[in-house]
This record gives sequence, structure tokens and C-alpha cells, in this order.
Amino acid sequence: MNAAQSAPGALPALAVEGLTASLRLGGTWYDAVRDVSFQIAEGETLALVGESGCGKSLTAMAIMGLLPDKIGRMSAGTVTAGERRISGLTEKQMEKIRGDAVGMIFQEPMSSLNPVLRVGFQIAESLIYHRDMSRRAASKRALELMELVRIPAAAQRFRAYPHEFSGGMRQRVMIALALACSPRVLIADEPTTALDVTVQAQVLDLLRGLQDEHGLGILLITHNLGVVASNAQRVMVMYGGDVVESAPVGAFFANPQHPYSAALMSAMPRVDRATEDLNPIPGQVPSLQEMPAGCRYQGRCPLRVAKCAERPPLVAVSEGPHHLARCWVKAPPPGEGA
Amino acid sequence: MGLYLLKRALYTLPMLLGVLTLVFVLVRIVPGDPAIVIMGDNATAQALAELRTRLGLDLPIWRQYIVFMGDVLTGDLGRSLVTNRPVLADVAAVLPYTIELTVTSLALGIVTGVPLGILAARKRDGVLDWVARLVSLAGLSFPAFISAILLLLFFSIQLGWFPVLSRAYPLDEPVERLKSLALPAINLGLIMMAYITRVTRSSMLKALSEDYMRTARAKGVPGFYVIWRHGFRNVLIPVITVIGLYFGVLMGNSVLTEIVFNRPGLGKLIISALDKRDYTMLQGLMVIYAFIIAIVNLATDLAYGFVDPRVKAK
Ligand SMILES: Nc1ncnc2c1ncn2[C@@H]1O[C@H](COP(=O)(O)OP(=O)(O)OP(=O)(O)O)[C@@H](O)[C@H]1O
Ligand SMILES: [Mg+2]
Repeated sequence: MNAAQSAPGALPALAVEGLTASLRLGGTWYDAVRDVSFQIAEGETLALVGESGCGKSLTAMAIMGLLPDKIGRMSAGTVTAGERRISGLTEKQMEKIRGDAVGMIFQEPMSSLNPVLRVGFQIAESLIYHRDMSRRAASKRALELMELVRIPAAAQRFRAYPHEFSGGMRQRVMIALALACSPRVLIADEPTTALDVTVQAQVLDLLRGLQDEHGLGILLITHNLGVVASNAQRVMVMYGGDVVESAPVGAFFANPQHPYSAALMSAMPRVDRATEDLNPIPGQVPSLQEMPAGCRYQGRCPLRVAKCAERPPLVAVSEGPHHLARCWVKAPPPGEGA
Repeated sequence: MGLYLLKRALYTLPMLLGVLTLVFVLVRIVPGDPAIVIMGDNATAQALAELRTRLGLDLPIWRQYIVFMGDVLTGDLGRSLVTNRPVLADVAAVLPYTIELTVTSLALGIVTGVPLGILAARKRDGVLDWVARLVSLAGLSFPAFISAILLLLFFSIQLGWFPVLSRAYPLDEPVERLKSLALPAINLGLIMMAYITRVTRSSMLKALSEDYMRTARAKGVPGFYVIWRHGFRNVLIPVITVIGLYFGVLMGNSVLTEIVFNRPGLGKLIISALDKRDYTMLQGLMVIYAFIIAIVNLATDLAYGFVDPRVKAK
């Protein structure tokens, strides 16, 4: 399927097929994430990008079985981690999967750790539940994990509380606790957005190092195309819950196909470009209730044509292998001119 | 921890001095000459002058203040104007009953209110949630003496399970003593339960939406432990605040409850002192209440230190 994938025929670390997640707002169910499919090979990083409110976090939460109670549900699709199908399970079964087969880290290192529990315990905890370890054995392993994520003076800080850590150190703790049970996949939802630039680079370096050592597959959710360029092998762009483009990173930056991808790129600050030349995308992501039928980007798209009232399919563009886009104009399905 | 406690105790001191000063001022700004109030209008001028001397009211106000503070701090609360017995001795005789009542009802309120609040928050809008909301509404809107009378009517008069009138049972009649404690403690316990249920429920609802709870679930912590280990520990912080805050309410309601159930305790002492214009007794009781509240505050601070690691850092 993909150049970065290891041996042909090897099972992907994470495979998502036709995932649709719905939210109930004011009594009506809306598809907030529609028909998302992707695979992440071992050792591969897939970046998921898009503006705020595009459904990136919901995609992650649907995979984890953590959609909001009562108002959220995964209405279609399957999720497979290695050979294990992890969608459609009961909550009890999902508890055994989360933190074991799939780990997850979050954006806010300040609020994502429990303020009243010791850091060492928070790392050790999943080992106690998933590996049936004694507290002692789990603590020993947790200390090793703290050293693995390069927390200085780990032994002294093992019994410390989160408020005694800086943001970057807390995010390391998050990584340690997400990786405690050696999951094959890590979902990182904007893991560095809340950190300053140098700390951000350190944390990403750390993740890359751990990935190389352990063959971890990473779903990296981010706003930051710079982070995508330096960390991911493939990128998937979401807009209004739809995947609008999916491509290897090189091809994506060289030749973005979807008008939304192109707009994202020209809205990105770059060293080789003056700030005056930044082009913020006009308008904003429509709310779920206001989503247009057909292409969801049509309201903001400069290339809009009549056909956009119908939903375009995600098809390969002629530009290269594994490069898909969802656009009648830029990626017309074979046999249909725009 | 020891240092933290010492610091809190030192902070309590100025507060206590302030309250004592307030008591001093309050007693003195009450309109009317206390001597006349106590002895009535037809007392002779000489008797009034004697009483004033006995009470120290003939001294300049600043001397009175120093004498008052000195007495209080050396544990001398004066003598009752009615019985002429030391105020402290009268208080000491009934204090155990009030402590027994407040502590038992507080414990009742905690062991029922905390689980109810948490279960209600967990299944929001479920049956238990409605029960919890109803209970806390009822407990908050029902005056303590009305619920006390209802409890008496039903359990003591209708069912005859508990004595209607209580008295000071000594410790060597434990069964009688417990029986006479039951209804008053339930009465106050229901009120505490109402407060505690409400704050537990709302704090738990808030905790459930916190990022760290999502983290706990994302690492596969079973639902039970997400609630009781990750949520509960955080919920305890506001619950302790409320307990400390409403301890005053509890003390106030205990006065009413003691009266309705005819229980010995500070409440009865206060009412009879008011009734007989036992001015030194009232002043002494206010001092005692101030000390009790100060101790409760200190205990609250200590509890914070145990449940919230961020407290010690400050
Ligand atoms: N609990 C919720 N209740 C109501 N609407 C929600 C809820 N969670 C998400 N949404 C809506 O679903 C859509 C997708 O949200 P999502 O959180 O996945 O966005 P995102 O791409 O992660 O954005 P961000 O970059 O801000 O994190 C948004 O329109 C959002 O308003
Ligand atoms: Mg998000």
C-alpha cells in the first residue's frame, strides 16, 4: 500500500477501515468523521492535519473507544491493531486494549496528569492492570520508563507530583505512561502544541528515538506542517470530518492536490517567506449542523464548480503513487473530466 | 507535614484573637446596662454597683479588654451569674454530648453523602441522581427543628423505637445513650448528607470532564478505579472545604436539635443562658464556640495537607 511499509504482507500496526463517528447535537446525529480509512505500518508515522474542528481528535477518540458517552458513537467502520480487531468491543474489553495495544498521549500536559497521584504511580498503573504486576514490580519498571524518556534524576522524582514538573517533563511522563505496556501503536493528539519550540523539538526527538527502537507506529495529530515535514512519512489532511488528501510527505509538500491542502500550506508561516505573504484561509470550518452536502470545503474553495454539490470520492491523483485526493477538479475519478 | 501544621496553627492564632475581640465587643455593645438587664429595673443602686464591680464593668474599657483576654487565655471563663458555678465546669459537663452528636452526624453525612454524590454523578440523570438531588434539596430546605419533630413523631411516638425525651445518660448505660443519640444524630446527619451529597455530585461531575480522567481511561484503568482512585481523590478536596465551611451550620443546627430532643449539650446551655440573661455564661459559650471552630479549621487544613499534595508546596 505504501512505500514506508515494512515487509509486504506484514500486518500494519493499526488499520482503520471506513471509520464514521457521529455526534448527537440537539437530538440529531451528525457524522462528524466520515468514512476514514488508513493504515500505519510498524515504525511509521502518519500525520493527521487540519484546522481546529476538523474531526482529528474525534477520529482518535473513536479508535480508542473514548467517544463521549451517550452523545457520541462510532456508526461504521472497523479498527484493527496488529491482528486484533478493536472496534465494536464492550467497554470492559476496551479497557484491556487501551494502554496495552494502543497508547495515547494528549495535548495538555498540564491537565492530563492527575494532580493528586504520584508521577511514578501514574506510569506504573497500566502495568498493574494490564500485566498483573505487583505494585513493586510495576514501580521498578516505571522507574526504567522514566529513565527511558530521559527524565533527569528519575529516581528522586519518581515520588514527586505532577505540579513539581515542567510542561516538557510532564509530556515525557505522559509518553512514559502511554508506552508502559509497549503498545505497537501510539496516538499522539497534538503532543507538542502546548510546549515552547525548543521543548517541542526535544519531545519530538524523543518520540522518534523511541519509535526507531521499538518499531512503534504513530498517528501524529498536529496543526503544524513543520512538525509533519520533519516527523511523518505520510500525511492525511482532514476537513469537516472528511479525509480530503492522503499522500507521502514528500509528494504532499511538493505537490499538494486538494485546494484545502494548498491553502493550509500558504497559510503556514515559513522562514523563507515574509509574514505579509501569509494567506490565512478565509472563513472557517462550518459547524456540524451547517455542513454543506457534497464537498464540505466548497464554501471556502476558490475552485468550486457545480459538481461540488455532490460528494467527491477519494481517488488517486495522477501525480504519483499513493497520492489520493477528494476533489472533482483536482482529482477527477478516471473517466470523468471536471 | 509537621511544619505545615505548625504554620497553619500559627495562622489560626490571629484569627482566634480577632474572634475573641469580637465577642468582647459584641457583649459590650448590646444596648442597655448589663447590670440592669441582669437584675431588673427595681434593683437598688447599691446592688447594681456591686454587680458592676463583680463583673469588672466599672473598669475602663481597655482594662476590661485586658482582663477578659487574660482570663480567657488562662482558661478562666468566669462564673455563671445564675448558678455561680465556673462556666468552664458547666461547659465541660455537657460538651461530650454535643461533640458526640456533631461528630456522629458528620460521620453519617459523610458515609452516606459521598457515595451517593459520586454514584449520582456517574449515572447522571439516572434514578440515583434524582434521589440524590431530591435528598439534597429536602435536606437543604427543611429547617432542622421541623425534621426533628417529624422524626420524633414517627420513630418515637408512632413506632416507639426511641425515647421521646432524652436525658444525660452516663457512659455506663451505653445502650440507652446510643438510643438517645440515634434520632438527633440522624436529624443532623440528614442535613450534612444534603450538603455533602450536593458538593460531591457537582465536584464529581466536574472531575469526570477533566483531562486526567481521560488519560486514566486512555491507559486502560478500569471504570471503577477511574472513579474511585482518579476522581474521588480530587473530589475530596472540595468536599473537605464544604465540611469545614458548614461545620458552623452544623453547630447551629445542633442547638435546635438539642432543644427539640431535650438533649444535654451546649445548645441547652445557650438557650437557658439567653433565657436567664446569664451574661458571663453567654460570653463563655461564644469563646468556646470560637475555639471549636478554630480547631475545625485547623483539622480542615490538616486534611487538605493529606489529600492535596499541592498544598504543602505553597
Ligand atoms: N463533546 C462534543 N460535543 C459536541 N461537539 C463536539 C464534541 N466533540 C467534538 N465536537 C465537534 O466535532 C467536531 C470535530 O471536533 P474535534 O475535536 O475532533 O476537532 P479537532 O480536529 O480535534 O480540532 P482541534 O484542532 O481544535 O483539536 C467539531 O465541530 C466539534 O465542535
Ligand atoms: Mg483536537
